[in-house]
Amino acid sequence: MKRILKYVVVYLPRMLGGLAIKVLGTLTDLGLPWVLAFMIDDVIPKKSLSLVALWGVVMLILAVVTRALNVQANRMASSVARDVTRSVRHDLYEKIMSLSGRQVDQFTIPSLVSRMTSDTYNIHHAVGMIQRIGVRAPMILLGGIAITFTLDVVLTLVLIATLPFIAVLVWFISSKGIPMYTKVQQAVDQMVQVVRENVTGVRVIKALSKGEGEKRRFDKINEETSAREVKASSTMSAINPIMNLILNIGLTLVIIVGAYRVHAGQMDVGKIVAFLSYFTMILNAMMSINRIFVMLSKATASANRISEVLEAPSELMPVEMESVANGCHIEFDHVKFSYYGANGAEGNSALAKEKESGRGGTLSAGEIRRNIDDISFRLKQGESLGIIGSTGSGKTTLINLLMRFYDVEEGAVRIHGRDVRSMSLKELREQFGVVFQNDILFADTIRENINFWRDIPEEQLCRAAEDAQAAEFLREIGAAALEGAGAAELTQGLSHLAASKGANLSGGQKQRVLIARALAGKPEILILDDSSSALDYKTDANLRVALREHLSGTTAIMVAQRISSVRSLDHILVMEDGQCVGYGSHEELMAGCSTYQEIYRSQMGGGDYGRS
Amino acid sequence: MAGANGAGGGRPGGIGSPGAGGRMMKAKEKPKDTGYVLKRLGAYLFHYKWLLLLALALTIAGNSLALVGPMLSGYAVDLIELGAGRVDLEGVWHYVWLMLIFYAVSSLLSYALAILMLRISQKVVKKMRQDVFYKLQSLPVGYFDVHQTGDILSRISYDIDTVSTSLANDLIQICASAITVTGSFVMMLMISPPLLIVMLFTIPLSIFYTKYMSGRIRPLSRRRSANLGRLNGFVEEMVSGQKTLKAYAREDVNIAHFDETNEEAVDAFYQAEFVSSMVGPTVNFINNLSLALITAFGAVLYLFNTLTLGSISSFVLYSRKFSGPINELANLASELQSAMAAAERVLKVLDEEAEPEDARDAVDLPSHIRGEVVMKHVNFGYNPDRTILHDLNLRAEPGKLVAIVGPTGAGKTTIINLLMRFYDINSGRITIDGLDISKIKRKSLRKAYAMVLQDTWVFEGTIFDNIAYGKEDATREEVEAAAKAARIHSYISRLPQGYDTVLSEDGTNLSKGQKQLLTIARAMLLDARMLILDEATSNVDTRTEVHIREAMRELMKNKTCFVIAHRLSTIVDADTILVVRDGDVIEQGSHKELMEQGGFYHQLYMSQFE
Repeated sequence: MKRILKYVVVYLPRMLGGLAIKVLGTLTDLGLPWVLAFMIDDVIPKKSLSLVALWGVVMLILAVVTRALNVQANRMASSVARDVTRSVRHDLYEKIMSLSGRQVDQFTIPSLVSRMTSDTYNIHHAVGMIQRIGVRAPMILLGGIAITFTLDVVLTLVLIATLPFIAVLVWFISSKGIPMYTKVQQAVDQMVQVVRENVTGVRVIKALSKGEGEKRRFDKINEETSAREVKASSTMSAINPIMNLILNIGLTLVIIVGAYRVHAGQMDVGKIVAFLSYFTMILNAMMSINRIFVMLSKATASANRISEVLEAPSELMPVEMESVANGCHIEFDHVKFSYYGANGAEGNSALAKEKESGRGGTLSAGEIRRNIDDISFRLKQGESLGIIGSTGSGKTTLINLLMRFYDVEEGAVRIHGRDVRSMSLKELREQFGVVFQNDILFADTIRENINFWRDIPEEQLCRAAEDAQAAEFLREIGAAALEGAGAAELTQGLSHLAASKGANLSGGQKQRVLIARALAGKPEILILDDSSSALDYKTDANLRVALREHLSGTTAIMVAQRISSVRSLDHILVMEDGQCVGYGSHEELMAGCSTYQEIYRSQMGGGDYGRS
Repeated sequence: MAGANGAGGGRPGGIGSPGAGGRMMKAKEKPKDTGYVLKRLGAYLFHYKWLLLLALALTIAGNSLALVGPMLSGYAVDLIELGAGRVDLEGVWHYVWLMLIFYAVSSLLSYALAILMLRISQKVVKKMRQDVFYKLQSLPVGYFDVHQTGDILSRISYDIDTVSTSLANDLIQICASAITVTGSFVMMLMISPPLLIVMLFTIPLSIFYTKYMSGRIRPLSRRRSANLGRLNGFVEEMVSGQKTLKAYAREDVNIAHFDETNEEAVDAFYQAEFVSSMVGPTVNFINNLSLALITAFGAVLYLFNTLTLGSISSFVLYSRKFSGPINELANLASELQSAMAAAERVLKVLDEEAEPEDARDAVDLPSHIRGEVVMKHVNFGYNPDRTILHDLNLRAEPGKLVAIVGPTGAGKTTIINLLMRFYDINSGRITIDGLDISKIKRKSLRKAYAMVLQDTWVFEGTIFDNIAYGKEDATREEVEAAAKAARIHSYISRLPQGYDTVLSEDGTNLSKGQKQLLTIARAMLLDARMLILDEATSNVDTRTEVHIREAMRELMKNKTCFVIAHRLSTIVDADTILVVRDGDVIEQGSHKELMEQGGFYHQLYMSQFE
């Protein structure tokens, strides 16, 4: 919460300005009835038309001024809300983009998305509303109390004596309510998660006719969300009636105390009457203030969820480290790592709390088997490495360490002799062109998907599309759009809009666009993580030829399952259960690595050895 | 549905069109007319008409009790008025006790009302969310191919919330206001009809202004909802893709793009909020204007001795009472506008054309089918003007293995989409055991297939639940047997929580290959006559593949199988190999025949050994 208040503080001058204007507007607004009473009591009885006209004009001016002031104050309030939200969202987004892989795993992506969206809406709403309705009520409350003091001090003290009770009440109930709203938000997260799963898994669900089951699953979480909302709001809505009751008890006390005082001749009865009318004003003001409290409770829950992310410690900061002159481009030096290892177990208490709420038990540190165990290799500039091994053997983890999505536990990963931990992430990662497993296309043109906001000249984009074997299908799309062949086919094809997640492209087309993205930046290091699995052999072969011809200076690492994709590479690393079981060229491995031979046999079909 | 429209129907801007994705949504979403939206929303409320009536009764009771309090305090004051030394203290105590009881009752009533309204509004939200979710279940696959996930999610969360908050709070307030307004109007009429005429000048002013502002606010609210939807879409997409963004160190540029979207969203919010917040002060101004007019005119009437001072003062009091709710109503009007705009977006989903109903004469597939699948002269395109499959003919004998190979983008996956009726064909016929599949209930058709796709899908649930997904009554033994056959059992049992390990949707705790093994295990539990393997082992390394080959054979036994694979080694023993290129079957035959032909297949096959 404090964290979010800081954002508000930045706009304090404008906010105070707005509030000051609002105070003026409220004063003129409250002044109107006073003028009215004055006219009825004093002006009209004088039976002078010109005086009536004069005071009428005064009222008119007051009305105009009131409107102008309030509109202006509201405008400023809205603009502060807008600016606060804008910067909260900006910082939150920036922070999310800087989280380490481990932190993203802990928060989970859906939860990050909902913090970015629904929680920031709550903040936007609250900041605006509180400024707009938060002035009048306190003014009336304070003004009302001040006036009652002038009427009778003893009675006012009786009334004020009830205020601590109200304060305790509001504090007590909202301290119960805020955690409840946090729970509501968690349930909403989970509900949204179910919907998200249904959107992404629509084919499987339909194929298995699981619609009914999914409906039941949704109904359950929908029920739960509503129940939590009812619980939280029921708690909060107890404040108003109880507060009312306390104040009204205060009022009856005033009457009874007043009665004794009048009886004793210490005050006139007229003051009690006046007291009662101001009391109504105070009561209404308290109710409005309470509305603000409810809103604040909700906003606090959201603010806390946002702060959790904002306050997550920055991992992966550059660390001073000695360089090693080893003359090679990429070096893995006795690298050890595990996802659920020392780093993962320590965690962050806030995150742990979040986890315990919806997601049963995720993997906890228990029996720890390293995901990467003592891997070493060296690559010279321009060399290529193939990584092959069974599912789950740690191939992708090596990439994650090389690009520093995670930090190694032991050992070091070096590029040009410099430890990756000693470079800024930007400096480190700008050297790469990469295609991940499950990589993503965005809802934008193919061109922008390849360019990826890097200002790469069109010519180079086309070159990349050609090399990635994407040009052919892009030309087809282009030709269809142009209704005829022409030189501009490719350009036109690049302008084709990819749907979100590339849903309007086939798996192979997606991969080729992704490879084009990796090639377009002429990277120093090219990483293709299983990126040719959706390509047929011929396309795959053409791609390899293109890479050899056009990117000879680039050091390439290819994670693959097919021997044919890696056999022509300079080195091949064979992984098994996080360990290296073979390293060398195709021929060397064929001679000395039984795992590699086994893989080879599995692909070339038993006795078909001689075919190559 | 007309036959010609069968395939593309209900999907404006089909999958292949450049209009796909979020950015076209703005243009597509046409405003609906207010009456329609109100009618649909009314239907939700009507469902709870008795509860609403109860709420109304509570409101009236609460308001009346609130009047009793001041009355009692008035009596008490009368007793005090007797003056020093003569105050009837006993009487005062009597009224004070009565007051306490009344206040307690009235507090209870207002709490009850608050809870009641809360429950009604939650019921409405729950129902609406359920309706939207059920609707999503009935929508054709194509809908999800063209809509951004984030935008769909924004509708089911943000938009529905906006509607419900407004409905619940505003409705009761409108009722309460109506009562006050009517009462005050009657009182004013009784005091002075001429003054009321003055009032009547300003009331239309309020009404016109409110109406005019509503007209202005509506499009702004609409823009706000749409922009929030777009922001959601952007965030969803980018946060999911953050690894890629980081890999290219594109965070800065991406943040700049985010800022643009964010700016649009906050600005739309600002515009809508600011313009709505103008309504209050302005209507208040009109009221003050009318107050000034009443006073001035009242003064004139007083000068002509047709009105007493007391009457002017009580008229003014009532006119305040009268205009208070009107003021509120104006504020409500702008809140209602955002609710309407949000409701439009919700209704847009609810009114989306569902997957066409099964034909009226559609039948269930008999429980024992042979599994003969025939495609005859099938034409299909995701977009009516771009045909992807041209006159496709295919015959899969019962229990035989049909492999579909061809270059990427040749239309292999499209064939699967048609077999499962995720999309309907434009022309031609697909039959199972001679039965046209358009005459078969979709559920029963899809049940006849087991399917393993390239895009693996796991949901947030235990590994056990994920494997048993297609067979609810699966026992632990069955699941473990399937997992063993799919060669994933040993990995699972090494996990601290074994089969009870909770997977997350983005599956950070499983690699893509492991997920694929999991979905293979899932398919093994199904009892289907036909099997579709669309790159089912593309992410599984070949050694594991050899290990699971036995299990795959078992899985494929006695089933009509459709296999799409790049790894030609997996399909050499297929009974029929279909070579597809640009939507046409260019070669068809067994591996041996095709190799002898020396055509495209031969070329493809040899290229893996170059």
